[in-house]
Amino acid sequence: MRYALLGLAVIATLGAAVLLGPANVPLRDLLGSPIFWQLRLPRAVLAFLVGGALGASGVGLQALVRNPLADPFLLGLSGGAGLGAVVAIALALPGPWALPLAAFAGAVGAMALVYRLGLVGGAQLDPRVLLLGGVAVGAFAAAVTTAIVSLAEATELRNAFLWLWGGFSGASWTTVLVIAVYAPLPLVVLAAAARPLDLLALGEEPAQYLGADVRRLKQVVYLAASLLTAAAVAVAGVIGFVGLIVPHVCRLVWGRLHRTLLPTAFLAGGILLVASDTLARTVVAPRELPVGIVTALVGVPLFAVLLRRWTVS
Amino acid sequence: MDRELILAVAGLGCRYADAARDALCDVSLEVRAGEFHAVLGPNGSGKTTLVRAGLGLIRPSAGRAEVLGRPATGWSRRELARVVGVVPQREDNLFPQRVRETVLLGRYPHLSLFGDVRATDRAAVERALVACDAADLADRWLWTLSGGEYQRVRLARALAQEPKLLVLDEPTTSLDVRHEMQLFELTRALVDAQGLAALVITHHVNLAARFADQVLLLSEGRAVARGAPGDVLTAETVQNVFAWPMAITSFDGRPQMIPLRTKETNP
Repeated sequence: MRYALLGLAVIATLGAAVLLGPANVPLRDLLGSPIFWQLRLPRAVLAFLVGGALGASGVGLQALVRNPLADPFLLGLSGGAGLGAVVAIALALPGPWALPLAAFAGAVGAMALVYRLGLVGGAQLDPRVLLLGGVAVGAFAAAVTTAIVSLAEATELRNAFLWLWGGFSGASWTTVLVIAVYAPLPLVVLAAAARPLDLLALGEEPAQYLGADVRRLKQVVYLAASLLTAAAVAVAGVIGFVGLIVPHVCRLVWGRLHRTLLPTAFLAGGILLVASDTLARTVVAPRELPVGIVTALVGVPLFAVLLRRWTVS
Repeated sequence: MDRELILAVAGLGCRYADAARDALCDVSLEVRAGEFHAVLGPNGSGKTTLVRAGLGLIRPSAGRAEVLGRPATGWSRRELARVVGVVPQREDNLFPQRVRETVLLGRYPHLSLFGDVRATDRAAVERALVACDAADLADRWLWTLSGGEYQRVRLARALAQEPKLLVLDEPTTSLDVRHEMQLFELTRALVDAQGLAALVITHHVNLAARFADQVLLLSEGRAVARGAPGDVLTAETVQNVFAWPMAITSFDGRPQMIPLRTKETNP
């Protein structure tokens, strides 16, 4: 029943996303319209995939650092991606892929650095150190980013900021294809880790006694979730709160087992981002809001409510 | 008939990084099917370290630890979890969970990567719940359980692994007498009825003396004595280990330790 509702919501939001827009395309002309094929459909599909990637990697990272407030961007990835993007803009790197690739490189660089910091005694990944390392690397990257931005020209600055807040205006079938080819591997890796992640919630030692290879699990989940997030940043910028809110909502509705949590968080993340993007490009049409602003406007109040529930209980 | 040797530890030594002394030094132990072993000793005497090293969580610096004849560190965690079920001293409950779900976690080592929970797994969970007198708790939320019920559920989870050896690390800390006795009786019954081996770490010398076949007494990481309770728990040994004057009496043929008051030692 709840799964059926989720499926319906996927169809409904995708339907709304391809029907609504600043250009008024009558329903009977829709399938013949390039606006449908070249703009709305790839954009909706990309938003769905990115939202799904963020939702699933949020689930993975919350289980990994065993902290309900973890989010895919908490571990320094957004800082690294932002730095990469700003460097690409400051250096005026040419070509449509310069910005996404630079952001991806920045995110992966931050990931590698945080990973290295989180390796305690050269072997074990310590989630607490990982968390602190992520915050530290993120803050450092943000400082460097601000330094570059403060020295840059005003128009470049606006581009950098808009890009950082995320959006799908650059969506095309090529970006959809890139994500569709890239994302399945880390997603399958996360799915394979679903049951051991259930065990990890008990603590590392109990999880090992129940048969989980905790050391490898932590490494694999961290890498898979981070690589998913890095790809999402590269094609869509930093879109906050999807990876934080979606896992919590899914946990409340479908329970805490990762076998259901991962797929439902993927679908729910996709729904949230498609809906947010539809809002972002229709409410102030013909202009667009960065989609990160919409998810934050929806996400922050939701987050505040969740936070209260937690502190009360 | 020789009973199957499940856990064999010989001359085991361990040292944590930066520690001044060995956490474990030259400890030996043999646990066979159908035997109830108790590990006794003061805080910091190496009881939990013995379990960690014995089951391959940490690499020993000396000696060897073998499960079914294979080095403990040579097992994959999954394979080992099908042979040994552990109820650790502490664990977290980050997210709310029902009892049956918790016990089902014990089936993890038997499940395939993407495969579903099978009827045999569900049957094993129900058997474990019944064996631990926890069947009527199955649909309760974990956080509504009393301390004694919670420990029975955790024991059921370990049983659901269908192990040959059960390891319980201080299972009755913070339980009252009735629940403490229930847990020891339950463990003893599992050993007798199902031929399981049990290794119980405990502070309760007197309960260990009455339930265990074999006792290992640790002090500062070293084995002070090992053997039948009557041979190990002598007044001289226990007062050395626990650094307190003791008298030993006998109940039902088993030694019972009575800590003496100061006035009783200086009449």
